[in-house]
Amino acid sequence: MLSKRLIACLDVRDGKLAKSVKFVDTKDIGDPVAKAREYYEDGLDELVFYDITASSDRRRIMLDVVEAVAAQVFIPLSVGGGVRSVADATDLRLAGAEKINVNTAAVERPALIAECADAIGNQNVVLSMDIRRVERCAALPSGYEIVIHGGRTPMNIDALAWALEGEHLGAGELVVNSIDADGTREGYEIELTRMLADAVRIPVIASGGAGTPAHLEEVLTDGHADAALIASMVHYGEYTVSGIKRYLHARGIKMRMSW
Amino acid sequence: MTTVIIDYDAGNLRSVQRACAEVGLEAVISADAAAVARAERVIFPGVGAAGSAMRSLKVRGLDRALESIYRAGTPLLGICLGLQISFDHSEENDTTTLGLLPGRVVRFRLDDPALKIPHMGWNEVRVVRAHPVLAGIRPGDEFYFVHAYYPVPADSRLVLAETEYEGTFACALGHRNYVATQFHPEKSGRVGLDLLARFAAWDGSWEHATC
Repeated sequence: MLSKRLIACLDVRDGKLAKSVKFVDTKDIGDPVAKAREYYEDGLDELVFYDITASSDRRRIMLDVVEAVAAQVFIPLSVGGGVRSVADATDLRLAGAEKINVNTAAVERPALIAECADAIGNQNVVLSMDIRRVERCAALPSGYEIVIHGGRTPMNIDALAWALEGEHLGAGELVVNSIDADGTREGYEIELTRMLADAVRIPVIASGGAGTPAHLEEVLTDGHADAALIASMVHYGEYTVSGIKRYLHARGIKMRMSW
Repeated sequence: MTTVIIDYDAGNLRSVQRACAEVGLEAVISADAAAVARAERVIFPGVGAAGSAMRSLKVRGLDRALESIYRAGTPLLGICLGLQISFDHSEENDTTTLGLLPGRVVRFRLDDPALKIPHMGWNEVRVVRAHPVLAGIRPGDEFYFVHAYYPVPADSRLVLAETEYEGTFACALGHRNYVATQFHPEKSGRVGLDLLARFAAWDGSWEHATC
């Protein structure tokens, strides 16, 4: 039986770790390569690097980080942030990323999903969606709206419709990131995660809001998520990867427990 | 002592190379059929679609190189798509494949709508037939999988290990000097690195258990 996955997300700015709270006030918290290695050795199932660098030489810096991590971390490595073309995706793949996350650029030009799927395979294209709760209306019947540019720009695009279109275009996996929950540490947005996980046939990674292991338990059971993404829970040493996995395992959730 | 990772435009060969390096197996990535034929150890990885993979192999003469090293007894490790196109036929793109191993490759037909395609993530590998490359895998050890198709060997004696995903499928197969895994040892943490280390030490000899 397939295990649920515990995924840690490392936001990287100028080659260093950062963690945002509601997408503002980012602060540095250390070396991404050392953190990646630490989590890997503690039983992490998958790593995501999100490049939030603003400078123009961002690509070289991020490729160096990915390359350094890939040389010593032997679990799936996923990278996103600023992927705008197949060339971006293939460069990151060559540096050692398994999966490529597309977000803003895919909303602006949906064909990017299909182009990346053709170039690197469906299973390696992750559609990452930043989503906020809204009043239901004709344009947003699910009551959830896609936002881009790191949560700043609402698009008047329905989140459920976009998830289905992303799957149809060839995305192999979805990241469902609730910007309402992100950084609050009050729990994942269960209703949103379940709605999307039930609507698509591809795996869904829940993101945004994790504060305690019980939040992960909730989203992996009631939320129907295939994987749960965490960040600040482990970055500041409050919880450990292995401790969270042991908790979930003890609660009857199938996790990989030997590493 | 050359180890060659076969390059046929099918996925992330450098991650295989890096994992090999981690266990002390220096491997070169090559698309040259002559280099493959000369190699003392060959890894046949791959991610992608069967149809285009077969075309790339044939254009480079790598299909014949694989046949010749297989006959010559060179230790050979197939991974994921490499395993799949080693059988006779794949449902993916309705492709006639290499035919090194008897059998076919079919797509998951999952009746349970809660099961996702591809089968992506960590799952238990249960060894059902002892093999030097799989020795050391313990009950409960999980490996990383990403695939929508799986092998159905014509001879059950090829099956070395099994995994559950709705039903049971063969996740590791072996015949003579060829061992192949549906999962990705290069992405499976320590248990995967250990498998690569055992492949690096394997002389390619193995006979079916008596059956």
